[in-house]
Amino acid sequence: MTKVLAAINVRHLLIASLFVMFAAFGANMASADVRGPAPKQPDLQYLNEDSNFWGKIRQGQEGRGGQLIQSQGEDWRLLRNGPLLKYTATGLGAMVALLALFFLIRGRIKIEHGWSGWTIERFNMPERMGHWILAVSFIILGLTGLNVSFGKHVLMPLVGKDMFSTISVGAKYLHNYVAFAFILGLAWVFIAWIKDNFPRSVDINWLKQAGGLFSKGVHPPSHKFNAGQKLIFWSVIVTGVSISLSGWALLFPFETNMFAKTFWLINGVVGTTLPTELTGIQEQQHAVTWHNIMAIVMICIILAHIYIGTIGMQGAFDAMGSGRVDLNWAKEHHSLWVDKLETQDKLDKQPDETHQADAGAKAQPAE
Amino acid sequence: MARMKFLCDAERCIECNACVTACKNEHEVPWGVNRRRVVTISDGKTGERSISVACMHCSSAPCMAVCPVDCFYQNDDGVVLHNKDLCIGCGYCFYACPFGAPQYPQQTNFGTRGKMDKCTFCAGGPETDHSDAEFKKYGRNRIGEGKLPLCAEMCSTKALLGGDGDQVSAIYRERVIARGFGSGAWGWGRAYPGGGS
Repeated sequence: MTKVLAAINVRHLLIASLFVMFAAFGANMASADVRGPAPKQPDLQYLNEDSNFWGKIRQGQEGRGGQLIQSQGEDWRLLRNGPLLKYTATGLGAMVALLALFFLIRGRIKIEHGWSGWTIERFNMPERMGHWILAVSFIILGLTGLNVSFGKHVLMPLVGKDMFSTISVGAKYLHNYVAFAFILGLAWVFIAWIKDNFPRSVDINWLKQAGGLFSKGVHPPSHKFNAGQKLIFWSVIVTGVSISLSGWALLFPFETNMFAKTFWLINGVVGTTLPTELTGIQEQQHAVTWHNIMAIVMICIILAHIYIGTIGMQGAFDAMGSGRVDLNWAKEHHSLWVDKLETQDKLDKQPDETHQADAGAKAQPAE
Repeated sequence: MARMKFLCDAERCIECNACVTACKNEHEVPWGVNRRRVVTISDGKTGERSISVACMHCSSAPCMAVCPVDCFYQNDDGVVLHNKDLCIGCGYCFYACPFGAPQYPQQTNFGTRGKMDKCTFCAGGPETDHSDAEFKKYGRNRIGEGKLPLCAEMCSTKALLGGDGDQVSAIYRERVIARGFGSGAWGWGRAYPGGGS
């Protein structure tokens, strides 16, 4: 009890002395500021600044020592593991299905008038060499590239993790080095064939008749390359250059800023507001994404090209195989080109060694 | 089971870089590779703050998700580790990682980045515990010795905390209450969405 009383007394004393002190401070306030530091209380303004501070970091603010958080990494992951892989697989599957369907309905497009027994030169050695450098490198790059996208789901379960890793390391090196052969081949065919690939008036007619692809016995006239081939040529050049450039950015990481420049250009032309200031890592992310998109577009186009050049059409492969095609085939598919060779007296007919047997039985001259 | 986490208290970090040095020394990390780095924001201005950052060992880790050869795995402590024998050095984990954790011994030489290296939370790797192979590829396995990551252990201001996530956040919560303000646990929202393991 006495303790409690004593405590109360002490408290009263303290309170009383506090009042005295405040009175003394109050008296001094007019003459000088001796209040000392303000009592520590949560500073609302500081808290606001604080959340701004962290917000900025989350948005990718850079400091000395680099960037703390690049949230685009997560966007890239969602895009790559989601739509990108999904549409790549869908596109690939759809193209194969379409070609299979086309084969079932249309069958192999035959030389209507049969083997003639005569061949003429369609592609000379340098032309074929350029084509095959491009073609072989493309197939290697396509397969090793698809391995990065789908190998984990397709090949790895079959061969096991260790074997798959060994294959993938090899595939990566192949992809990196064969890329230069691809660029060479691309430049080669561009130089070799650009003069024959400008659009001409007959191309409209060819396109109207869909090149006779869907109707037997229809052969719209065409020069050295028909409109379909011209479309393939330009698609290969556009996607090929695009893949080469984005691939270059991946081979030499953080040394290019192609996407910032491209976005700036697009903004200027179309009036969009794409970001023109990109960090190195954003450039890399865009490059991988774009490389993937352009690659699958090119793969789909080339699948159709391979189809029509091999099983899809009789006599077509010889153009890139021996370089010499059957005369009847040439007259059916590239009549204007054959006419031109004839008038220039450059036809250079030679007897067909490989298809003589067929020719003897069925040959009849094409008109 | 404990869920291991790092936390850097930006109010305490004095940018002494001892964590970076300790890490490099403990694991004998090759030249050019920094498993941990310190970033200073608003350098020389009011509100300057430094943060030490390494792999955050994310739940639903982006690196793990994008790896084309599936070389990552997450151990029972929630630590994200990888197998260097499987890594093909493609760089995908680096593109996806929000914290810039993956490092490569040769970053600019085209086609050959080398095997990816990153913070292991001092938990070694897939090799036999405490073997030479483990040390050479992944560094010291302190967790296997019953110790915590050295960077956090020797932080002079105890800004960097590393250990059981619940204990780490309890210590940080205490500090926030004592200070009267708090900045939240840096990077946790990104690394552990929903707070999960």
